[in-house]
Amino acid sequence: MHENPRNMTQGQFSFLPPLTDDQIKLQMAYAIKQGWALSVEYTDDPHPRNTYWEMWCQPMFDTKDPAAVMTEVTECRKVYGNMYIRVNAFDNSRWRESVAMSFIVNRPKYEPGLALSRTEGPGRTIQYRVHSYATDKPKGERYK
Amino acid sequence: MTTTPENPTDSFDLEGEFARSNVQAVLDKLDRELIGLRPVKQRIREIAALLLVDKARRSMGLETGAPTLHMSFTGNPGTGKTTVALRMAEILKNLGYVRQGHLVSVTRDDLVGQYIGHTAPKTREVIKKAMGGVLFIDEAYYLYKPENERDYGQEAIEILLQVMENQRDDLVVILAGYANRMEVFFQSNPGFRSRIAHHLDFPDYSDVELFEIAKIMVDAQHYVLTPEAVKVLKEYIPRRMKMPHFANARSMRNAIDRAKLRQANRLFGRKDRTNLTRKDLTTIEAEDLLASRVFQ
Ligand SMILES: Nc1ncnc2c1ncn2[C@@H]1O[C@H](COP(=O)(O)OP(=O)(O)O)[C@@H](O)[C@H]1O
Ligand SMILES: [Mg+2]
Repeated sequence: MHENPRNMTQGQFSFLPPLTDDQIKLQMAYAIKQGWALSVEYTDDPHPRNTYWEMWCQPMFDTKDPAAVMTEVTECRKVYGNMYIRVNAFDNSRWRESVAMSFIVNRPKYEPGLALSRTEGPGRTIQYRVHSYATDKPKGERYK
Repeated sequence: MTTTPENPTDSFDLEGEFARSNVQAVLDKLDRELIGLRPVKQRIREIAALLLVDKARRSMGLETGAPTLHMSFTGNPGTGKTTVALRMAEILKNLGYVRQGHLVSVTRDDLVGQYIGHTAPKTREVIKKAMGGVLFIDEAYYLYKPENERDYGQEAIEILLQVMENQRDDLVVILAGYANRMEVFFQSNPGFRSRIAHHLDFPDYSDVELFEIAKIMVDAQHYVLTPEAVKVLKEYIPRRMKMPHFANARSMRNAIDRAKLRQANRLFGRKDRTNLTRKDLTTIEAEDLLASRVFQ
């Protein structure tokens, strides 16, 4: 059976080895070609249900070239280099109006992973709880 | 874009590369659509040749260094700077020196903010939009206000200088404006001068050239001048050149716009408006030009 990596898996490509910057730019170029708006977000809370990460900059609706988005990723890495950073591509066309691509472009050096705990409830039902070790520490002190 | 191939070759098909790049088509278009500007066209040809030879050298593993492509376009208003910048973006794209080939045209107000902390994000936004293409900064000298040492323009200048140096693969910057003011600007901002490789000077047009330009504009908009209107236009031009706020080719465009307005007004004022012909709709008469304040 396949064993989940300890590295957080979210969005596209997260079972692959980390993308190189050139590979990241190719993905961005694809999104730009589709007319999607790219944005850069970061977080230090890797829980799978943590949907809304912090925005690094305004979404980029009228950039024509991946170098522009890569500049923001580079700037974001300088400040939050030991956090999770992802790139989203938003498709604003009518009826879709949602995120079309999302992939991680930066990870903390060490990822302690997630704990799974079980609680027995009435009638012997089991409730599962997913908990990231990192969030035991307050914001800003995780992933030091 | 500027990588050295692993197996340097020892022959390069300059002719084939030139043909593939489609640069000749852009140069031809430039020749066809823009009257005069001989020295500018010559410089553009030289730059294209230099870039092509650079490419050839690189394919043979010879030292070239990333070429600096930032430029300054100096000349009076309406001499074709913006128009040529658009073509330049196309040429650089065809030669593979910019990836997208679009032009983002800005002035001080697009780059400089109103309060502390406003300028850097504004400048960066503009730079991001221009990446992969050409950033055209019109009247660039307004960025620098020596009389105010805390002017926010300085912040924009510093960011621009950094990008012009470190992201030469991502963006070409063209600074434009009056020649004399640009010269003063470069003297007080040597950082810009040293990062700019090509200075192109746009001369004023002669009356004959302005006439040709006006003819091209009339033609492109599907109008025809009557022989009398041609005569009036030939008188109009030298008079207009001596008046204040003369702006070369732009003054021609404005003159034609106003003639179109008067023509429409004339047609509208006609008694029989039920049977306008194609000829009526396309003809500009002498009176449409004679009503100009230039003849008052
Ligand atoms: N040499 C030329 N031949 C034909 N049209 C021209 C020429 N130079 C300028 N124009 C036209 O004149 C107008 C003003 O030119 P522009 O490039 O905006 O000048 P600048 O940027 O130097 O002020 C534009 O409509 C342009 O198409
Ligand atoms: Mg202009």
